[in-house]
Amino acid sequence: MRKAALAALLVTVACTAASARQTPAPQRVATDSTAKSTNGPGMGATSTPNADPFPSTYHAFPSKATVIRNVTIMTAAGPTIRNGAVLLRDGRIAAVGASVDAPSDATVIDGTGKYLTPGIIDIHSHVGAGASPGDRGAQTNDVNEATNPSTPYVWVEHSVWPQDPQLPRVLAGGVTTIQVLPGSANLIGGRSVVLKMVPSRSVQGMKFPGAKYGLKMACGENPKRVYQQRGPSTRMGNVAGYRAQWIQAETYRRRWDKWNATHQGDPPQRDLGMETLAEVLRGNILVHNHCYRADEMMQMIDISHEFGYKIRAFHHGIEAYKVADVLAREGIGAALWADWGGFKLEANDAVRANLPLVMKAGARAIVHSDDESGIQRLNQEAAKAMAAGNRIGVPVSEDDAIKWLTINPAWALDLDSKIGSIEVGKNADVVLWSGDPFSVYSRTEKIWIDGAMMFDRADPSERWRTDFELGYVPAAQQTGGSK
Amino acid sequence: MRNSIMRVALAATALLPASLAAQTIAITGGKVYTVSGQTIDNGTVVIRDGKISAVGANVAIPDGAQRVDATGKWVTPGLVDAATLLGFSEIGAVGSTNDAAAAGKDHVAAAFTVWEGLNPTSVLLSPTREDGVTSVVVHPTDGLFAGQSAVVELVDGSVGDMVIRQSAAMVAYLNSAREIGAESRGEMLQRVREILDDARVYARRRADFERAETRPFAAGRLDLEALQPVLAGRLPLLVSVDKASDIQAALRIAKDYNIRMAIAGGAEAWLVASDLAAAKVPVLTGAMNNIPESFATLGTRQENAALLRNAGVTVALIGNAGGGDEATFNVRNIRYEAGNAVAYGMKWDDALRSITLAPAEIFGVADRIGSLQAGKDANVVVWSGDPFEFATRAEHVFVRGKEYHDVSRQDLLMERYKNLPPNYQAPVGAP
Repeated sequence: MRKAALAALLVTVACTAASARQTPAPQRVATDSTAKSTNGPGMGATSTPNADPFPSTYHAFPSKATVIRNVTIMTAAGPTIRNGAVLLRDGRIAAVGASVDAPSDATVIDGTGKYLTPGIIDIHSHVGAGASPGDRGAQTNDVNEATNPSTPYVWVEHSVWPQDPQLPRVLAGGVTTIQVLPGSANLIGGRSVVLKMVPSRSVQGMKFPGAKYGLKMACGENPKRVYQQRGPSTRMGNVAGYRAQWIQAETYRRRWDKWNATHQGDPPQRDLGMETLAEVLRGNILVHNHCYRADEMMQMIDISHEFGYKIRAFHHGIEAYKVADVLAREGIGAALWADWGGFKLEANDAVRANLPLVMKAGARAIVHSDDESGIQRLNQEAAKAMAAGNRIGVPVSEDDAIKWLTINPAWALDLDSKIGSIEVGKNADVVLWSGDPFSVYSRTEKIWIDGAMMFDRADPSERWRTDFELGYVPAAQQTGGSK
Repeated sequence: MRNSIMRVALAATALLPASLAAQTIAITGGKVYTVSGQTIDNGTVVIRDGKISAVGANVAIPDGAQRVDATGKWVTPGLVDAATLLGFSEIGAVGSTNDAAAAGKDHVAAAFTVWEGLNPTSVLLSPTREDGVTSVVVHPTDGLFAGQSAVVELVDGSVGDMVIRQSAAMVAYLNSAREIGAESRGEMLQRVREILDDARVYARRRADFERAETRPFAAGRLDLEALQPVLAGRLPLLVSVDKASDIQAALRIAKDYNIRMAIAGGAEAWLVASDLAAAKVPVLTGAMNNIPESFATLGTRQENAALLRNAGVTVALIGNAGGGDEATFNVRNIRYEAGNAVAYGMKWDDALRSITLAPAEIFGVADRIGSLQAGKDANVVVWSGDPFEFATRAEHVFVRGKEYHDVSRQDLLMERYKNLPPNYQAPVGAP
């Protein structure tokens, strides 16, 4: 995860190979319909007794009614609107179309020649938990609890440092929502957290209100490499490890569901890890599964059938294109890099048309980063994959590609009713680009979250600067200040 | 000894026109970016026997020339990526496919000639060439003195066919004192000076050395020999370093020893751009990293390359985002590094130069590659449009006058799965 800069000139290969590229796989609502979910607004979707011990304290930043007009709008909900307009009001998208009625007090922004998109969503990040600077001894890498092959009891939000200087750079890339995941050292890595890219003194202040938790699982090389000595040391050992945990979780869930229904006698003993896994079985936590190889994805799907949970998304999915039809049938998303590959054998069958081929089969294609640099250019990643599809005769339009960055990842977080497209009623998370976001020359200009302008390239004085950066990083240079 | 023998052998094979089709090709009608000279609207590039024989607006097309209509297209020199491991690292995690590092002694392996381990059948060559990259510079990894770089042309053939310049630079990694066994920056720099001093003494006293009549030197005989061209100013010392004050320390060494130097990485180089310009020290850096990932890179920013270039520094753009396999699997993406450099302030022509002629100059091969000029190797790419844009394709790629129609392993995989082959229709996964 931490690579040694370009300094690294040539060292990057070794770094990527050694890095714990993690993949979470979100999972879909569980099939166990007996579960009683308590998805109250404003709280994580969890059942008692573990309802919501670290509740979100986020509230939208102050905003003004804003109209952006004469702009090309990629809505992710329909065809691109040329020369259109959007009204942001009270944190929501209040109107969108060829023109909108602007309230008299609205700030009006002329978008001539510019593009407006939904805020980008990355469902695979470690920023905050794997913070910068990463020098040895800095102790900023809190991504992998690599002390046990299964650690469902850890919650990655407890690793997130809100002063990580990576965070404002993520926002500047047009990313408004991320899922931070534990690493891929473990078969079961722990809970994810969904964050808004806003400054805060605490992680709670960044947590997306009402977002479900995810569970990070990992296949293949990483766990068996990390636990070579104590086991699992083989892929069959990996599978035995998952199954043993689910068997235990099923017993735990049954015992607690029974007690929750009757409240008779002493409650069963709590177990932090089993609580998380039981919530997966109840459909309240989504499984995000790091998995490279097609054959391993098929095995993970069978395991999900055996225990009655859903995999929400495979992450990394280097070989997703080989089983895209199955992913479509199972309703599993595929969160992918555009072109990474070759850093280990299980990544060696990477192809640049992975996203287009997945889309063509009818599965949800999602661009993800797993990288603090790449997350700032997810639009460029999508552009590369789009070109690769068109090159081999799998047509991809810009209206398709924008979905890989917005509504599809929103779905993977089960937040697609709130974010991920420019539609009336949705959260006003939008990005104004200097030009077509799929051009290498385009950059973000202004970014709104819940209607509040959180980034303005033209106004560095308003820029989010972390505590760490003060005195170390001149304001002018941060997040690509002046051209 | 071993070195010089190898060099003779490689040089001899390089002369063989093994991969050349003795034919004449005329690329007509395109917008021709020569890099070394003016850009020519509706220009013609003539290729003969592997070399460019003519470039211009009014060039006579030889009888019998095969014509390539480039009307509406952009024509550029084949791209050059100045920092790769192409052919030296097939799969990062599989040790047996990695041949870019020397064990050395006390982190010194100046004599290491990385190119001898080149894998001419790497499956990464085709996808790189498919996207218009026709030459790469390969560097040894790891070490205070890591070894010597080479320039490789992406032609089919043997190592001898491919390596067009052995020993194109000496590489020193001065990013981390601790990684080379020192406890501090000062101690690391002291070791560098000690080794260079000893290399000077060794050169004067070779005979004494052979009779064991010298004091012990700070490096072995082969390494001291390998450093002689550096001390003579013939071989550039490529120093991988990021922090502004560390760059200045490297510049002091360059001055004190009269060494030709280049900086690689240079995250904070923009802070000392005027020093670099004055010393005529080029910089290899990228435009896609702004993460302060260590205390040595707090000043990193995407404008670095543009600020350097605009201050008069020669810049070669290399992949620096750090996560995307830029040195191997994605060398092909070097053109997007150039596009991002433009987005962050570099002039477009400078960006093209930074991935063609600038690296050729830095590594001493500008007489062969990096520009469209009569007499140069015919490394020419016809693009469907602006080469820095994602939607643009390399439609024709010539290396030493031969057009390559690559079908890479990745292409084969995509073709196989674009429409599932019949024998793959069997049930996959329980319905």
